[in-house]
Amino acid sequence: MPGKVHVTTTINGESVEFLCEPRQTILEVLRDQLDLTGTKEGCSNGNCGACSILVNGEVIDSCLMMGVEAEGQELTTIEGVASADGLHPLQQQFLEHAALQCGICTPGFIVAAKALLDQESNPSEERIRLYLAGNLCRCTGYDKIVRAVQDAASEMAE
Amino acid sequence: MNAFDYEAPQSVDEAISLLSAGNGNIGILAGGTDLIAQLKEGRKIDLMIDLKRIPEATALSFDEDSGLSIGAATPCSQIYGYDVVQSRYPALVDCTSLIGSIQIQNRGSIGGNFCNASPAADTPPAVIVLAGTCRIAGPNGTREVAAEDFFTGPGQSVLQSGEFLISIQVPTPAANSGAFFLRFIPRNEMDIAVANAAASVVLNSDKTTIQEARVAIGAVAPTPLLVADAGAALEGKAVDDEEAIEAACAASRAAARPISDMRGTIEQRIHLSGVLTRRAIQGAIQRAKES
Repeated sequence: MPGKVHVTTTINGESVEFLCEPRQTILEVLRDQLDLTGTKEGCSNGNCGACSILVNGEVIDSCLMMGVEAEGQELTTIEGVASADGLHPLQQQFLEHAALQCGICTPGFIVAAKALLDQESNPSEERIRLYLAGNLCRCTGYDKIVRAVQDAASEMAE
Repeated sequence: MNAFDYEAPQSVDEAISLLSAGNGNIGILAGGTDLIAQLKEGRKIDLMIDLKRIPEATALSFDEDSGLSIGAATPCSQIYGYDVVQSRYPALVDCTSLIGSIQIQNRGSIGGNFCNASPAADTPPAVIVLAGTCRIAGPNGTREVAAEDFFTGPGQSVLQSGEFLISIQVPTPAANSGAFFLRFIPRNEMDIAVANAAASVVLNSDKTTIQEARVAIGAVAPTPLLVADAGAALEGKAVDDEEAIEAACAASRAAARPISDMRGTIEQRIHLSGVLTRRAIQGAIQRAKES
């Protein structure tokens, strides 16, 4: 039986150490060991984006990354999106637009949208829709989500 | 997922030692978008070897003499984000920017796309028409295999036990050349090719005649195919020679040996092979004219 591996990483700006089995995904480590349950498990095979997190600023599906791969990386989860001053503009705009119903897809959408807005301050609607094509919502449809991202971009540009 | 050991070697030699010491039941990890999904579906391995700590497997560099070197574990988004790829290898932007979602593009690698060896893989046709090669490391040193010779069947490649793909090498584009890749899917993104095709051309100095041409098609045979007859039909012909382009399309239709499945029928895929070949050639000629 393979032993556990000691991993040192950075999550939401804080140095974190954990032990994990090589077969554990980083999604399992986040949720089951580190109690960071904001990241959701959806399809578990890289189609739905509910488990989106940032690794070194790039959005990835955490269901398709092993926990051991986090060694030396900088991770951001939905728990790291708001600041001490309050909600991130994306979070606020998702509320304003009611861009969610059941909410399972929401952390993934916000994390993915944050990756986009961190790289591009004024993306077109088409660009937003393409960038978020890896995030699926089965409740509310995408228009409110896209408008929330557009308004967050405007707010952040001010 | 069954239990396995994990190693992240820091050199090619270390990886080769791990590969030869193992019992052969090894998963090579780059971006994990195929491997981890397969493990969840029941594939069993005893050892996972992560290539991402090996400098050669993640390097992305260009040299005018030796061309482009893409480490096998380089994710798609780094490839299409590389300024040299954008300016000199737009066909590689075509294929890497339409694989999966942004999340997948940030992890899924060109080496994984090759080694997973799906008949519908999107990067091989472009690499084939660009005359790319696969650099393979093994216990007896490294060897290079032309991209079109890498694949032997669905999920199968020339990789022997103890070997792994280190990098894809792509020569510097010739003057007055262009290349283009496209695929057919019934939606805008997030899908697997029903058929795909790539073409490259080298034009003469006044850009009226095709001197060299290569055409490759995918998802229409057990492996991506270099269609030599399609390239030959174009060589020496004027860029607007409709008969030559139709002959190339006919060559692709003749080379296609597709199956019918949930994504398309044999008839549709043969038809698409011709249509996509035409559009790939026209796209390649246009880019060569603009070069």
